[in-house]
Amino acid sequence: MTQEEIIRPENKVYSRPELLCDVHTHYCPGCSHGVVHKLVAQIVDEMGVADRTIGIAPVGCAVFAYNYIDIDWIEAAHGRAPALATAANRLNPGRLVFTYQGDGDLSAIGTAETIHACNRGENIAIIFINNAIYGMTGGQMAPTTLLGMKTATTPYGRQAELNGYPLAITPLLAQLDGTCYVTRQAVHTPAAVNKTKRAIRKAFENALAGRGTSVVEIVSTCNSGWKMTPDQANKWMVEHMFEKYPLGDLKDVESKTK
Amino acid sequence: MAKVYGAVTIDARRCKGCDLCVVACPADVLELQPQEVNDRGYHYASVVNPDKCIGCAACATVCPDACIEVYRVVEK
Repeated sequence: MTQEEIIRPENKVYSRPELLCDVHTHYCPGCSHGVVHKLVAQIVDEMGVADRTIGIAPVGCAVFAYNYIDIDWIEAAHGRAPALATAANRLNPGRLVFTYQGDGDLSAIGTAETIHACNRGENIAIIFINNAIYGMTGGQMAPTTLLGMKTATTPYGRQAELNGYPLAITPLLAQLDGTCYVTRQAVHTPAAVNKTKRAIRKAFENALAGRGTSVVEIVSTCNSGWKMTPDQANKWMVEHMFEKYPLGDLKDVESKTK
Repeated sequence: MAKVYGAVTIDARRCKGCDLCVVACPADVLELQPQEVNDRGYHYASVVNPDKCIGCAACATVCPDACIEVYRVVEK
């Protein structure tokens, strides 16, 4: 069978999501953000809710998300995405409202907003990209940076006495009564990407059904900030990040009640 | 046994040459261009062994720039 016979529209099994805009993203080669953007576009497309989806973009590398996915977006001040999502969701019932935040946004300056939005049980989905570094500003230490990890502001590695301990915020959120689904995933292999897709889909469905707040943490790489190739960064993440941030569901209220 | 034929198309214009698809491919179909670069100066991914492709979509799934599309034919 020749290539021309295979490459026909009826044989297509994987295509670029229609909701992804036809632009170049500003992300570095191999950045996990691109994969998660693609998943969000696919899921909103598959759920058929593109006309009633509101995304809240953060400050951080994903600040231009509104240029890349063709849905309604609001750009939040640094860390305030869950507060804006609360307003967007309460003023527009029946809409799918989600925030898309990095670790510098959600677990540093936005800790208060995040914890209180989760504690109130707002019907929103929170997508949390945890790459243990401030990627956009040049690779400074974030609250989630691992002990011993070298960054621009911890050139000899993070030390607990000087810089404190890495913050795993997702287990904190899982303790709150307002959250209905808290999970931690990754996007380093095709299997992991598919699991993450199911997790985000479930979070979006929870938000639409009004079950409470869903949090999907995605342990990610920042190969530029970590000063590695994309493949090396994925391997480093598996070796080091998964120890502190193990993958899996931390809370799933729906499966418990069944 | 059913025979599976696969094929991928790569949008070289959009590719950033991150190499993740090459690593993810179980059939050694893809490689980065050793010499050629696209408009943005990246060594983009290209198909070097088209006959080996099984259409599993692993490359497209991990592609951060959504520049790979996959086709599959199952011959019974």
